Amino acid sequence: MQTIDVADLDYKAINETLREAGSDFIIEGCCGQKFIAAGMSDKNVTINGIPGNALGAYLNNANITVNANAQDAVGDTMNEGKILIHGNIGDAAGYAMRGGKIYVQGNAGYRAGIHMKAYEEKIPVMIIGGCAGSFLGEYQAGGVIIVLGLHKDNKRIVGNFPCTGMHGGKIFLRGNCENIHFPKQVTARCASEGELDEIREYLSEYCSDFCYSVDELLSEPFTVITPDSKNPYKQMYVAN
Amino acid sequence: MSIEFIYPEFEVIRNENKCISCRICEQQCANEAHSYDEKHKIMMCDDSKCVNCQRCVSFCPKRALKIVKSDCTLRENANWSNETIKEIYKQANSGGVLLSSMGNPKPFPVYWDKILINASQVTNPSIDPLREPMETRVYLGKKPSKVQRTKDGALDCKLPPQLELSMPVMFSAMSYGSISYNAHKSLALAATELGILYNTGEGGLHEDFYCYGENTVVQVASGRFGVHADYLKAGAAIEIKIGQGAKPGIGGHLPGAKIVGDISRTRMIPEGSDAISPAPHHDIYSIEDLRQLVFSLKEATEYKKPVIVKVAAVHNIAAIASGIARSGADIIAIDGFRGGTGAAPTRIRDHVGIPIELALAAVDQRLRNEGIRNHVSLVVGGSIRSAADVVKAIALGADACYVATAALLALGCHLCRTCQSGKCNWGIATQRPELVKRLNPAMGSERLINLMTAWKHEIKEFMGGMGINSIEALRGNRLMLRGIGLTEKELEILHISHAGE
Ligand code: SF4
Ligand code: SF4
Ligand code: SF4
Repeated sequence: MQTIDVADLDYKAINETLREAGSDFIIEGCCGQKFIAAGMSDKNVTINGIPGNALGAYLNNANITVNANAQDAVGDTMNEGKILIHGNIGDAAGYAMRGGKIYVQGNAGYRAGIHMKAYEEKIPVMIIGGCAGSFLGEYQAGGVIIVLGLHKDNKRIVGNFPCTGMHGGKIFLRGNCENIHFPKQVTARCASEGELDEIREYLSEYCSDFCYSVDELLSEPFTVITPDSKNPYKQMYVAN
Repeated sequence: MSIEFIYPEFEVIRNENKCISCRICEQQCANEAHSYDEKHKIMMCDDSKCVNCQRCVSFCPKRALKIVKSDCTLRENANWSNETIKEIYKQANSGGVLLSSMGNPKPFPVYWDKILINASQVTNPSIDPLREPMETRVYLGKKPSKVQRTKDGALDCKLPPQLELSMPVMFSAMSYGSISYNAHKSLALAATELGILYNTGEGGLHEDFYCYGENTVVQVASGRFGVHADYLKAGAAIEIKIGQGAKPGIGGHLPGAKIVGDISRTRMIPEGSDAISPAPHHDIYSIEDLRQLVFSLKEATEYKKPVIVKVAAVHNIAAIASGIARSGADIIAIDGFRGGTGAAPTRIRDHVGIPIELALAAVDQRLRNEGIRNHVSLVVGGSIRSAADVVKAIALGADACYVATAALLALGCHLCRTCQSGKCNWGIATQRPELVKRLNPAMGSERLINLMTAWKHEIKEFMGGMGINSIEALRGNRLMLRGIGLTEKELEILHISHAGE
């Protein structure tokens, strides 16, 4: 385990250090440096302080734990690995992620999980403990997004326009979601036992990461949202 | 027949005296225009299925076939042309958005054809390229503003990453999915042999083609298909696709029916699922955001690869390019409104964007005026049709050209403009195995090499004629160009004089 004080380092220097030696790091004094661990594999990085945008972009197979909030574009185009945030995250988290996990204790900003994909054994999972902003799961093509709405203080669990253009994957929202308007091309319904079984493993992991009780989480019903078609735009064209 | 009937655009004419009913045309036409009437022992055809790809014409052993444009016309009208009326019928029949392929076919001005190139006479000797050395090599990437020295006074030769091209041409982005495996392989083989680069497009890089990485530009588009750390590291450069000349401001959409087998593997999305590239990158709303994507890619590849930002030529292109040059990008690629495509909404293709000639001239001038021209290299495409276009583009300020349609023509494309159907009889814009195998990569690459070798000779001849022996000395050398039949305003934007001046 190596501790790096990054108070005086820019992102380039931080990543050079991470790439060079060892696999286990604690980053101290992080304050807005972007791109931390971009494209890296086989590293375990704990960050104290607030990392900047695009934390863990193109992450290949590394584990990142942030003991604070994180900013925009966490896990952009992530391929494998795990990002754990003990706080809130900004906009566009998990953009086009194809594998790996992003577990957030607090809230997420706009466009979380936009264009998330899945491929063969790769199923990305994003769990947001609090609420998600507008455009959750826009263009979602695969993977699982779960929003728990813990400590939401009467706020809606997601903002406006969730699931727009969704054509794959699943979204689970804790609660009955009566006050949420979904677009036409998706179906929102109460999650069955079987569907909850699909996410039980992820929830257990999340609960052990953040010290919650799975049973308590599952004591409320979940709403599951799935797209009606893998080909939402088929009818729009005529050959010319 | 009914109100929905539209008379076929082409007629298949078979010379019955020459035809031997060998049925080759029937086998060659994936559109199933030809058939054989067993009972009467004659060949039949359904004109409505013909897209005029000339495949059957090329393969008929007796030269018994020709395809002609139908002369069954609606009543002529300068305002309501045949085409315009038929498009209305198609939309009234279906309610669909018109979808076309290949570049803008409308009769907009082609400025390349209104620009003439200079040659030396008497005062400045021309050079014979066959006998004297001629340099067509170019390096793309950021160039330092001044000579740097290290502490001990030695020259600091550390440059930002550069792409080396043996001639100022690259094959531009065409994704695996929109074109076939064999088409990609032909491009990769040819680029490697020629010492230039080809471009994966946004569909990822097939595992078989990682070995051509040094001659590959890997693309990152809004859908991020097949993008992962190894992919980014595999190429010689990374291209962020913001826009495309054929459909500026519009995303891409490969229907789920085409996402099968290797295509799904390479894009890393499930079979049968639509591959949707949203119109914008949803994390880019400003030049600062673009900078973030540029640098996240540089971080992920340890600053070893130049980053290209590709945009469509649109109205404020000069200001946009200036922003991109400040975003940290190494190369700007600009795609003009005549650029090709595998599928684009007809209206967008035909009406959005501006000609590359004007865009290039405006961008080069703007970057010079701002003193940042050396921060980026400029690559232009859409559409570059010949060595003459290349020479004119370089003299207007480009560092290199992107070529796609011309490359497809070399591979056998006959510009039938129905790539969107996925039934390309020439094995290019198709994924049907029986069609794909019609294109032999060894032969395809040889034809591409022939084409580019011929262009290179022609470029050298142009240069020799101007008394220029290095392509670097031609770049932005607008004194070598004159306009013909252009207005004052056009000349001003192109920054060239009129012929005779
Ligand atoms: S290929 Fe030519 S000769 Fe053979 S059937 Fe067709 S038209 Fe007749
Ligand atoms: S579509 Fe092509 S192959 Fe078929 S009939 Fe027309 S020209 Fe011949
Ligand atoms: S690539 Fe094929 S389908 Fe497309 S225009 Fe060329 S010949 Fe036609």
